[in-house]
Amino acid sequence: MKAYVVKKVLSLPLIIFGVSIIVFIAIRALPGDPARLMAGPEAPQEAVDSMRVRLGLDQPLPLQYVRFAAEALHGNLGLSLQSQRPVMTEISERLPYTLSLAALAYLLAIAIGVPAGMTGAIYRQRIPDQIVMVLTIAGASIANFWLALLAMNYFAVELGWLPLLGADSWKNYIMPTVTLAILPMAMIARMTRSSMLDVLSQDYIRTAKAKGLSSASINWKHALRNALIPIVTIVALNFGSLIGGAVVTESVFNWPGIGRLLVDSVRYRDYPVIQGVTLVAVTGVVLMNLVGEILIGLLNPKIRFD
Amino acid sequence: MNSIDTSVLSPRSRSRHLISTLLANPSIAIGGALVLLVVLAAALAPLITHWDPVEQDLLNTLQAPSAAHWFGTDDYGRDIFSRVIYGARITLFEVSLSVAISMVIGIPLGIISGLAGRKMDALIMWVMDIIFAFPGIVLAILIVSVLGEGLTNMLIAISLFSIPVYARLSRNLTLGLKNMEYIEAAHMLGVRYPRIITHYILRNSIGPLIVQSTLTAGAVVLSAASLSFLGLGVQPPMPEWGTMMSDGRNFLGLNIYVSLFPGLAILITVLGFNVLGDGLRDVMDKRL
Repeated sequence: MKAYVVKKVLSLPLIIFGVSIIVFIAIRALPGDPARLMAGPEAPQEAVDSMRVRLGLDQPLPLQYVRFAAEALHGNLGLSLQSQRPVMTEISERLPYTLSLAALAYLLAIAIGVPAGMTGAIYRQRIPDQIVMVLTIAGASIANFWLALLAMNYFAVELGWLPLLGADSWKNYIMPTVTLAILPMAMIARMTRSSMLDVLSQDYIRTAKAKGLSSASINWKHALRNALIPIVTIVALNFGSLIGGAVVTESVFNWPGIGRLLVDSVRYRDYPVIQGVTLVAVTGVVLMNLVGEILIGLLNPKIRFD
Repeated sequence: MNSIDTSVLSPRSRSRHLISTLLANPSIAIGGALVLLVVLAAALAPLITHWDPVEQDLLNTLQAPSAAHWFGTDDYGRDIFSRVIYGARITLFEVSLSVAISMVIGIPLGIISGLAGRKMDALIMWVMDIIFAFPGIVLAILIVSVLGEGLTNMLIAISLFSIPVYARLSRNLTLGLKNMEYIEAAHMLGVRYPRIITHYILRNSIGPLIVQSTLTAGAVVLSAASLSFLGLGVQPPMPEWGTMMSDGRNFLGLNIYVSLFPGLAILITVLGFNVLGDGLRDVMDKRL
């Protein structure tokens, strides 16, 4: 286990290094001259040239990368072309909106997904199980922005119960949270069901029943402990898909998080922002995956790491 | 589990037996029927609807469903039913091309990784881990912002992020197969690597790869629709389902049908691939 954790932790910088190279190369391959973009379309040629020197774009590529990496490690991701403010400031202002939305969506997904999965396992192949199975596979197949549009149409525009766009009050959280929670909810329900079915067929559950323990106590104490694995798997190992979902959800609801920042910056070809948001998002995903892999190792000593 | 020893059957009855085994699984039957429905819609589009999917009729915009326009009309008076039906063509094109690209690149990488081992394996898997670290949509946005919006560039982006899935799977399959006695025997008998790969490794990997591609197909449909919805993929006036929904955003409260029906079409298609993939996996797992 220890060796496994050390190996995983050591592989982390290598992955982030690779990601930074991909982002660096992609941004350098962007159409258009970044120095011209930074200086403005009407700037004279001398201004563009001096901007090129200032940005270090006249240096050889490997040197540019070293500079870029050194700056990024110090938390300096450059200036946004659009707002002229540091990219790090833009990101740190918007990150709380994305993280609070993600946390609420996960809570909702766990609060509904775990009991739904347990119900499916307890009533295996009877009607409640079939309902749960149909709902989980539908939940995993639905386009979340479609659900968002339908919700906006009925609950915001027609009924007027909820605000349509923005993040001004707690009511603004309801529709984006539900939209974002659907996929993890379906996955958690499905995994909880199958891991609980595994557990319920184990010998020690039969022993517990034979000892005369009530089925409620068996279901909660013995079986639910194993539901922690699906929760950790979805929350930590599928964090990337939640971030992907957040990009779309935030754009639909005009939510001021980093997902919408990314989509907007593509529209304005604001390359320092694209670069910064991508690096921050991928680093977050990689860290979450690492935590998830370590936690699963701790939770399930049966998994061997060699 | 089926107890019939299929090896004694003739090839023809063996394939008939395979088909009846597959269809006996309700997931395969239901998922397959949904996918078939989409395929038929795409193939028979001109026979199903007589409206041109891009022809405008500015006198009849944003109409509710009626006998003439089953799903209503959009803001240019285009028939939504016809756009949804023709949209199946774009979606199936996206899926088949994207799945094919990621398989053609991913599978050889995985086999090389599995057979070569050591440094080559570490290098290929490192690159795959890096691609896999990106949330799919984020990587696609990065690529589209470099290459520009549009169908082709979106397909490149989507194909790229499924490559690691096939590479990892075929690497694991290769690792499992390469020490099998019959492959070692073939190797000792002088069968060369290209033939070992095609006749022994690929042939025995086909089942799991088909299951994976069916499950990936649903994800491809959702990713393509999301990117088009964000304005980064297929551009209007093409009747792509995500693009149509993006258009429908402007008519909330006025006409929900512009968004409702394309979303329903996505649901049917993705559901079909996912249910079919689940069923295939169950059947294959028993066989493996």
